[in-house]
Amino acid sequence: MKCGRCRAPAVIEVRRHNAGYCRECFVRHCREQVRRAIDHFHMIEPGERVLVAVSGGKDSLGLWQLLRELGYDADGLYLGLGIGQYSDTSGRHVRDFADERGWTLLEIDLAAEYGFDVQEGSRAAKRAPCSACGLSKRHVFNEAATRHGYDVLATGHNLDDEAAVLLGNVLRWESELLGRQHPVLPAAPGFARKVKPLIRLGERELAAYCVLANIDYIVEECPMAGGNRHLGYKNTLNEIEERSPGTKAAFVFGFLERAHARFTVEVDDARDELRPCALCGAPTPGDVCAFCRMRARAVGEPLGVRSNS
Amino acid sequence: MRVVLRNPKRELDVPAPRNVGRLLRDLEIVAESVIVIRNDTLATNDEQLSDDDVVEIRPVTSGGAS
Repeated sequence: MKCGRCRAPAVIEVRRHNAGYCRECFVRHCREQVRRAIDHFHMIEPGERVLVAVSGGKDSLGLWQLLRELGYDADGLYLGLGIGQYSDTSGRHVRDFADERGWTLLEIDLAAEYGFDVQEGSRAAKRAPCSACGLSKRHVFNEAATRHGYDVLATGHNLDDEAAVLLGNVLRWESELLGRQHPVLPAAPGFARKVKPLIRLGERELAAYCVLANIDYIVEECPMAGGNRHLGYKNTLNEIEERSPGTKAAFVFGFLERAHARFTVEVDDARDELRPCALCGAPTPGDVCAFCRMRARAVGEPLGVRSNS
Repeated sequence: MRVVLRNPKRELDVPAPRNVGRLLRDLEIVAESVIVIRNDTLATNDEQLSDDDVVEIRPVTSGGAS
């Protein structure tokens, strides 16, 4: 197979684009896709400070590198989740990546900062581990971005992530979640702007980019994620994509162009009802936000009493 | 040829099939869900394989439902 751009030998085929790429043209393709996503959705303005949530995986490390290659002022944020050896290994990948490049990395340890880890939060709140993890990430990432004065919080959600979440939301007609599913969530009181610059790249492209750009990412899957519904949706979508290349992109971008606006009313209504959490000040529809409720149960404190230790 | 699979990591010795695409089909692996690394470089589905090759089939599907 030849590179469709320069006719050199190809190293990867992307059937969605009906094209093969050599190393140099593929790296350029990845940068172009991120640039197009940022420009099209007005994700980041010139001069803005970006905080990239990094896990040590291919998507977040690839995103950090692509943003820096495109000239953005981007620092990293790593959240230690306390998932045993997996967290030790993922943290090492992130620190080595940042050290080798001399880039600024903020680190927060969930147990040291908040008194519980993901497994304890999962048990205490009776949530699936991925749900407790997601809740913790959303809360801590947003808090860190606003506290440290970043304009934008960027996450490594890619086309496959968005397609799988969209499939799950459509199967259950989760109208409020459909209204929130967008590559840009604008800033609001208590919320940093959140952006997903990888929405035009599939996770196979991200893995290939990391190999070609010599990014040493953690290949092992999180031991808590095995068999979850999200991975099942991804496998199903990959089988469809294999038979009909381009389906995932058509699904996600068709939704954004033709259907998303129909679901935003519920989001606007929900945002109007938000007020500061009585414990942490983050916006919440109730008196105490879901993260603080989980934290209180996990550390055995009654709601409303937070120790200073 | 030696085939390295991940999550969990394990190795197989198999006779070299005609090319990478055929190897994935023989192992019933969806090509969209992996990258293939042959002798430390990415390999496309039409690349010929030989018995001396070491081929890693690396899954790319990851993530929880956050």
